[in-house]
Amino acid sequence: MTHSINDPIVETRGLEMRFSLPTHFLSRKKPVLHALSGVDIQIQKGETFCVVGESGCGKTTLGRAIMGLLTPSSGEIYFRGERIDTMDEAERKPIRADMQMVFQNPYASLNPRRNVFQTLAEPIRYLMPEKSGADVRAQVEAVLDATGCDQSWQRKLPHEFSGGQRQRIAIARALVTNPAFIVADEPISALDVSIQAQILNLLNDLQDERGLTYMFITHDLSVVEHFGDRVAVMYLGQVMELATTDAIYRDPKHPYTQLLLAAIPRLEGGSFDAPREPGELPDPVNPPPGCPFAPRCPIAQNICRSERPLLRELETSGTMAACHFAE
Amino acid sequence: MALLDVTDLHVAFPRGKKGEVEALRGVDLTLEKGQRLGVVGESGAGKSMLAFAILNLIADPGRVTQGSVTFDGQNLLELSERQIRRIRGNRISMIFQDPMVTLNPVLTIGKQMIETLKAHRSISTREARRLSIEKLNLVAIPSAASRMDAYPHELSGGLRQRVVIAIALLTDPELIIADEPTTALDVTIQAEIMSLILRLCRDNDVALILITHDLGVVAEVTERLMIMYAGKCVETGRTRDIIDAPKHPYAVGLLKALPQNSAKGAKLYQIPGSMPPITNLPTGCPYHPRCERSTDKCRAAMPPLEHGVACFHPMHENGARDDAEAAQ
Ligand SMILES: Nc1ncnc2c1ncn2[C@@H]1O[C@H](COP(=O)(O)OP(=O)(O)O)[C@@H](O)[C@H]1O
Ligand SMILES: Nc1ncnc2c1ncn2[C@@H]1O[C@H](COP(=O)(O)OP(=O)(O)O)[C@@H](O)[C@H]1O
Ligand code: SF4
Ligand SMILES: [Mg+2]
Ligand SMILES: [Mg+2]
Repeated sequence: MTHSINDPIVETRGLEMRFSLPTHFLSRKKPVLHALSGVDIQIQKGETFCVVGESGCGKTTLGRAIMGLLTPSSGEIYFRGERIDTMDEAERKPIRADMQMVFQNPYASLNPRRNVFQTLAEPIRYLMPEKSGADVRAQVEAVLDATGCDQSWQRKLPHEFSGGQRQRIAIARALVTNPAFIVADEPISALDVSIQAQILNLLNDLQDERGLTYMFITHDLSVVEHFGDRVAVMYLGQVMELATTDAIYRDPKHPYTQLLLAAIPRLEGGSFDAPREPGELPDPVNPPPGCPFAPRCPIAQNICRSERPLLRELETSGTMAACHFAE
Repeated sequence: MALLDVTDLHVAFPRGKKGEVEALRGVDLTLEKGQRLGVVGESGAGKSMLAFAILNLIADPGRVTQGSVTFDGQNLLELSERQIRRIRGNRISMIFQDPMVTLNPVLTIGKQMIETLKAHRSISTREARRLSIEKLNLVAIPSAASRMDAYPHELSGGLRQRVVIAIALLTDPELIIADEPTTALDVTIQAEIMSLILRLCRDNDVALILITHDLGVVAEVTERLMIMYAGKCVETGRTRDIIDAPKHPYAVGLLKALPQNSAKGAKLYQIPGSMPPITNLPTGCPYHPRCERSTDKCRAAMPPLEHGVACFHPMHENGARDDAEAAQ
């Protein structure tokens, strides 16, 4: 994989996303849900940047904000050095072809009434209106070949396909405009094991052929280990640890990362023998004042319950961790 | 005598005017007291059908067309609804993927637990309450006594599943059937719940049928394993033996396809195609269209389950044990 370190393709600075929730009938205060609380990431060209964490930690929100499907409450987002979060739809249109998203649920993400050709032609017609009908057809054919879809699928509707085939079609749709950057939001979570391998191999091959950059969102740590170059571990809207995949698995620095890794069921067995404390995510409407992980953290001290630790580079390694005691 | 003995179980659904399709096509299974069995397979393989059929819970229009389910000497498929109620939810408990299948949203946790107990035991409300709190403590629910007054929606998904486990344990069952109990939960919560189920079964000598698609979970929790494909058991045996030396090409493929079994960045082993729907099964071995080892024989006839594997050309022909013995 090729990295040029000072050339991030995507960057977020202090990204915050707050959702206002409906007011409770007993209260006057409008509750605010903190989905992202200051996220700074840089995704390098050509890498697979994984985002992991348990449900509700903000992975999808981060992906959607980068794609411009959500407007951040504050903070900045850059694509190839250009600020994009303040752009309106017309300004954004030229770069939309360059960034695409693959969604988790291949059953919900395809329009049931559009055949495969219509599904794949639509982004070209919308984002590349200069293309002729012949160009569109050629581009659709090429992307079907590239993603291992049969040309005979063009006239078929989504219900005629299995989950794995639909996810191939969703990947083809994301690729049809030749993007440089793809957000893949849990693209294999809904698929069976034997199909997961097919889709991971496809994503890997496409990256090699086209030099794609991936932001790969997942909760499956064994996939990250195999597939990722770098990982951001998120918890309650914050990045807790950011490091190369090798470093995360060899020497996890954040207590939350350590908890996550210890939770992976192993083919060797034996790691579920000891009792585990019940742990719960804090309420994102009333996040704890200090470290969001403090209520579950085995090494938390008073400072953890009052001061939020910032993501900082540790001296001993290149790892970044947001923990008062990580070293 | 085994605790549970399932023989040649078939489940079918009507299709078209007179036809039927089979979701289970002759499954055998034996479970000893206190034994933990994992049932693994891709979605649609028939895992849930097996669980429901064991409990004689197949809903119309589906039905058990053949076979027997012998629990402690009685064929559950021949019992009256009244008789089976004394076993189901009492001597055999169930845990489902969605805790809300078990929990009633309009009742407090305490009320549900007390009612469940009183339905099966002639005890006072007071005693039922005491036992319920005891079980909530057993599944490590924080401040258990006060949770008795909580409604299900006031608890997180992980805590709800713990309550379901507490309810499953109320009647001190001999067998628990858990159908994907942690599939909807996060990994850290899954680890908590599975470690809890493992220890509770082991410490109290409770047998377990654990249905999951996760081979890692099965390796952590179960002693025996059954791998299902298209309504049939294709391989069964000791969990350790199968994971270390699978014999059926499908089991081999499933294990090889896991990212943890490939070098980093290398191409993953992939099984081509996908499992056929039960409405469109191939002739012969149901796995042959995807199988690397298939021959004309596989396309013509269904391989019988012999020595724990239903395949004409299994890997490790003599089995892991024999290989190890031969090496000595
Ligand atoms: N449109 C929305 N309105 C209100 N809350 C939302 C909305 N979208 C997401 N959330 C909340 O934001 C948090 C992060 O959600 P999400 O990004 O979907 O997490 P993940 O993808 O990591 O599971 C969750 O608490 C979720 O309930
Ligand atoms: N009501 C039904 N009518 C017809 N077929 C059904 C019905 N319910 C389930 N099936 C079929 O039975 C097969 C086995 O289903 P199931 O046991 O739920 O699979 P698993 O739990 O392994 O994912 C599937 O092919 C499914 O489509
Ligand atoms: S019987 Fe034949 S087709 Fe079926 S799994 Fe064995 S080798 Fe493959
Ligand atoms: Mg998500
Ligand atoms: Mg099922």
